[in-house]
Amino acid sequence: MHEMGLALEIIDIATASIPADMAGARVARVNLAVGRMSAVVPESLRFCFEVARRDTPLEGAELHIREIPVTARCKDCRHLWAIDEPVFRCPICESATIEIVSGRELDIQSIEIQEQDA
Amino acid sequence: MPFSLLYTPVRRHHDHGRPHHHPHDHPGPDPAAGHGGSRKIKVVRRVLDANDRMAQANRQFFGAKGIFVLNVMSSPGSGKTTTLIRTLAALMPALRCAVIVGDICSTFDADQLSVSGAPVVQVNTDEFGGDCHLAAHVIERAAAELPLDALDLLIVENVGNLVCPAEFDIGEDCRVVVLSTTEGEEKPIKYPLMFRECDAALLNKIDLLPYLDYDLAQTLANMAQIHPGMPVFQVSAKTGEGFEAWISWLRERVAAKKG
Repeated sequence: MHEMGLALEIIDIATASIPADMAGARVARVNLAVGRMSAVVPESLRFCFEVARRDTPLEGAELHIREIPVTARCKDCRHLWAIDEPVFRCPICESATIEIVSGRELDIQSIEIQEQDA
Repeated sequence: MPFSLLYTPVRRHHDHGRPHHHPHDHPGPDPAAGHGGSRKIKVVRRVLDANDRMAQANRQFFGAKGIFVLNVMSSPGSGKTTTLIRTLAALMPALRCAVIVGDICSTFDADQLSVSGAPVVQVNTDEFGGDCHLAAHVIERAAAELPLDALDLLIVENVGNLVCPAEFDIGEDCRVVVLSTTEGEEKPIKYPLMFRECDAALLNKIDLLPYLDYDLAQTLANMAQIHPGMPVFQVSAKTGEGFEAWISWLRERVAAKKG
């Protein structure tokens, strides 16, 4: 529901990440990792991004979203598994002491800047 | 937001209180990759980085003042405000309490809560774009209205929503979710992030159990499936049933922070 705010943050971070020696360059693509357990709907985020990128160095940029599965590790038996149904208990030893290893991401991983003709 | 070359790591602040710095995460052009004549620049930053930093600053600020911050979340209509009014009545005046309450608009909740005698700040998120949650900077601004040197417990009544508030750290010490019997048994399964992120749950409106086709055991099993071991307090904010256990649980935590 807060995808517009996220889109604006993405544009801010990406704009600030353009190296000084490339000032004025356009960002062609933003690579984003979104965990399946984050409160984000990729379609909504993409839609908001397309609205918010106007009149910024990201005008026309593609938002590439890589969805990250939810994985957990059992702190007792060290079993590592992908959580694909909402059960947060180790399937091997039934321990409840688990840590979420991935699936909470909402990270900009890289930006791609169009090379300007020399 | 100022740009800094010190990148924060790809992680949430689950481990409250410890700032992370990964100096090896320095960015730089990666000439090997990139699509069709473009230059790829490694960034590695959480989109919520700005919020997480502000939350961390809040946590340090409230920590220095010895104020315990409780973030209360729920869906709309779970009885969150009534639960808090009864909670305040039980804690005050032994504990000096204040409330920040978030709604998209209106001051109904603040009007009700102020009867408790606690200072209340109503935040209307429509001035922040109708936000579905309270963000860390909003808490910072609202807290400035409160008597922070005469406070033991700051309760934040978040915007009624089981999705977004779970994602936003506000610098709290503890998170609880209020769920009510009229909402059905499946809420924990439908909103796993919320129930994973909370330290305790209050199951409200248990006075209605005789009138509902409600499977209490199923609800508790669903909670245990999402967050095994999380305390669940069965309460009625209307009759006061079940409040003793919840109040003593909360008191213990506030006292532990005071040291």
